[in-house]
Amino acid sequence: MTGLLFQVFVYLCAAVVAVPLAKRLGLGSVLGYLIAGIVIGPLLGLVGSETQGIQHIAEFGVVMMLFLVGLELEPRSLWNMRGRLLGLGGLQVTVTIVLVMAASMALGQPWSVSLAIGLVFSLSSTAIVLQTLNEKGLMKSVGGQSGFSVLLFQDIAVIPMLALIPLLALPELMNHTSDAVALAGAGAGTGAGAEHHGAEMSLVTGLVGWQIALVNIAAVAAVVAGGHFLTRPLFRYIAAAKLREIFTAAALLLVVAIAFLMTLVGLSPALGTFLAGVVLANSEFRHELESDIEPFKGLLLGLFFITVGAGINFALLFDNLWFVLGLTVELILLKAAVLFCLSVLFSMRWADRWLFTLALAQAGEFGFVLLSFTTKNAVIPPQVADLLLLVVALSMLLTPALFILFDRVILPRLDKGQQRPADEITEHGTAIIAGIGRFGQVINRVLKGNGYQTVVLDVSADMIDMFRKFGIQTYYGDASRPDLLNSAGLQEAKLLVVAIDDVDRAVEIVSHARRERPDIHIVARARNREHVYALYKAGANDIVRETFDSAVRASRYSLEAFGVHPHEAEKLVTVYVDHDRDAIRRLARLYDPDLPITENQPYMKLMKEIQAETDAALSSHTPDVHDRVKRAWLPPGSHPDEFD
Amino acid sequence: MVRPDQRILVLFAHPGQRYSRANRDLSKAASGVDNVTLIDLYALYPRFKINIEVEQQRLLDHDVIVFQFPLLWYSVPALLKEWQDLVLEYGFAYGEGGDKLAGKCFTCVVTTGGPEEFYRVGGRNNFPLRDLLAPIEQTARLCGLRFVPPYALFAAHSAAGDDRLPRHVDGYRRLLEALRDDRLDMEAADQMRLLSAETLPMRRTAQTEVKR
Repeated sequence: MTGLLFQVFVYLCAAVVAVPLAKRLGLGSVLGYLIAGIVIGPLLGLVGSETQGIQHIAEFGVVMMLFLVGLELEPRSLWNMRGRLLGLGGLQVTVTIVLVMAASMALGQPWSVSLAIGLVFSLSSTAIVLQTLNEKGLMKSVGGQSGFSVLLFQDIAVIPMLALIPLLALPELMNHTSDAVALAGAGAGTGAGAEHHGAEMSLVTGLVGWQIALVNIAAVAAVVAGGHFLTRPLFRYIAAAKLREIFTAAALLLVVAIAFLMTLVGLSPALGTFLAGVVLANSEFRHELESDIEPFKGLLLGLFFITVGAGINFALLFDNLWFVLGLTVELILLKAAVLFCLSVLFSMRWADRWLFTLALAQAGEFGFVLLSFTTKNAVIPPQVADLLLLVVALSMLLTPALFILFDRVILPRLDKGQQRPADEITEHGTAIIAGIGRFGQVINRVLKGNGYQTVVLDVSADMIDMFRKFGIQTYYGDASRPDLLNSAGLQEAKLLVVAIDDVDRAVEIVSHARRERPDIHIVARARNREHVYALYKAGANDIVRETFDSAVRASRYSLEAFGVHPHEAEKLVTVYVDHDRDAIRRLARLYDPDLPITENQPYMKLMKEIQAETDAALSSHTPDVHDRVKRAWLPPGSHPDEFD
Repeated sequence: MVRPDQRILVLFAHPGQRYSRANRDLSKAASGVDNVTLIDLYALYPRFKINIEVEQQRLLDHDVIVFQFPLLWYSVPALLKEWQDLVLEYGFAYGEGGDKLAGKCFTCVVTTGGPEEFYRVGGRNNFPLRDLLAPIEQTARLCGLRFVPPYALFAAHSAAGDDRLPRHVDGYRRLLEALRDDRLDMEAADQMRLLSAETLPMRRTAQTEVKR
């Protein structure tokens, strides 16, 4: 027990110390985690060989990340990506494999080892690249999207690679590893520690090729159909229970179940969850799922990066320092060259070209998986594999540096030159509407009707269901949760409308949003006077009392019923409205949220004064108010009193 | 021979009706004449949100259009100007295909605060009333409307105290009836700068025959 706690303590401590520091220095969180790993592993020796095991768990973070990426991507946009996915991805993988293989053969390796090395090095790090692109907000740029397409293709390509590797086995290594040959053929799941659980459970061992294909297709179909038809009733049912942790549990269950199913049939779990994410991208639970999975993904990915850092074998590295460094640099240059040619071929603009080239130039976490799989299958001799492992890890370690190169050196140069492409608006100004009751509905319809994007959040699953039937995009979730508000797009939104019933939560939302975004415009509905004051203190721009305007209209009709001319009735109620708003503004300054109004002496005093003022103002014989109604329209030379 | 029976639309604009006597009596008289539709614009659109479709249809449904208003700062009250800006659209009232009002008859019924002698060159207001109403006259012409000289009451405030107002109101009733029955002598009217209760040029019978 103390051992486990110590481990957790060390990892968390390293992350908490290193990551904020790295971010402050502008190095990005990934480099922070990697450095933290190096410090607790090779440098201080606080963690040792168990990092390998932890790494397999941590790789689940990649699975979760792809689920989240899928959630951001509607099926239609995935379809639109097909050209880039197959073209860019296919070319990147094939050309890199061929070039690496040629280089390796030139260095004197046999062709089978060279091909295996080509496979290992053709892959890039989904974890590092996506994490960094997201952090820098570059995901939606052309360079980011292209990079993502390539990564997705690589994820898919891992599956045939795993099938191919056992066929490359070297006879002289075979006797050491005869037990591993059982894995060949259908050969195990990939991604999260494939070779570990692949042997434990599999639905496809003993099946022939076409049967495996059939099972695979069935599994993918199950994920798509299940995601489309089953998850929504399920989540609705869970949402009705109004227990947040159960919703989180359900979200985790969904991801784990899909990953498990994919592993069983020998497909990539990352690919499976990605598909599930795409299927759920249109669902009302999208933002809730996002904010539930996000922290797990973040922690696991962080853990993964730490283990990469901690796993670097420094003794071996220093023994072969120049050789390993040389190999790493050559690898990065070669991969970058391939990527650069592709970016030219696909005619990207300069900023996107460099981003695409530098982002994907490393080897990735799938390289680890493939390497241990190749040694098990007697394809690559262990001594070579250990060196290659170092190259993979070092290239990952250098990636943040390449991003820094892009940020600090390349982008500023492009800015200075005339080649700078026009700023691409990736996100339009949107409105977040919290609460889609009778109040929020009207706002939503007016905004949507005039072509503004809205993201609507509500806690009532029934309500959401109904609105979805009317074609209103609504998401399930408690808008007072900061994480949900963030995944609904608080950071980019132009406007926040708070129209929920719960008085205290409305104030929470407003103060949170104001803290996060000093520049956002907030329109809030107030239920009563006190609520107005609280929202005012919390930082709402426009505060609308929910019954005030309707009451004003009703009083106008009442005046008209007494025969007052509509135009005059309008002016009379305007006098009242002006007075009242002025009063509420003065009173709001004296309001103290910690003190009941009746005990707030200055407030009560002003309240009484204002009441007297208003009464006086409205009585028809005070010159002040009524002159404002009469004034302009009196016949020249006459006096108001003549007409009363 | 068919009686012409023109339909008349009176668009009445007065923002301070509680303090009005002349226009109050004038509108009362107008609403008492058959075939007259009286629209109190300030009652209908107290918040200036004019319904363009309704207003255009109303114009199509009538043969004679009358603006009735007190002169405010040498012009129409704000809402009546807003009405012109919105309702007299391109393609409806003027411009390409904008012939929907062509051939209809138009006049304005104006009250002023100042006496007639103020409305002279060199007088306090420096312009004759007819000249001040030139924008309306030209608007009517552009829309293809037959412009009838304005029916005006000067010094309306003091008129309310003597018999000038009742005479003017009675003249208004006769003017509306004459327009309805097509008995106003248009040629004679065209020779006048302004119409008044005393100078209304009438004919015994309708001059044109309108087929329904």
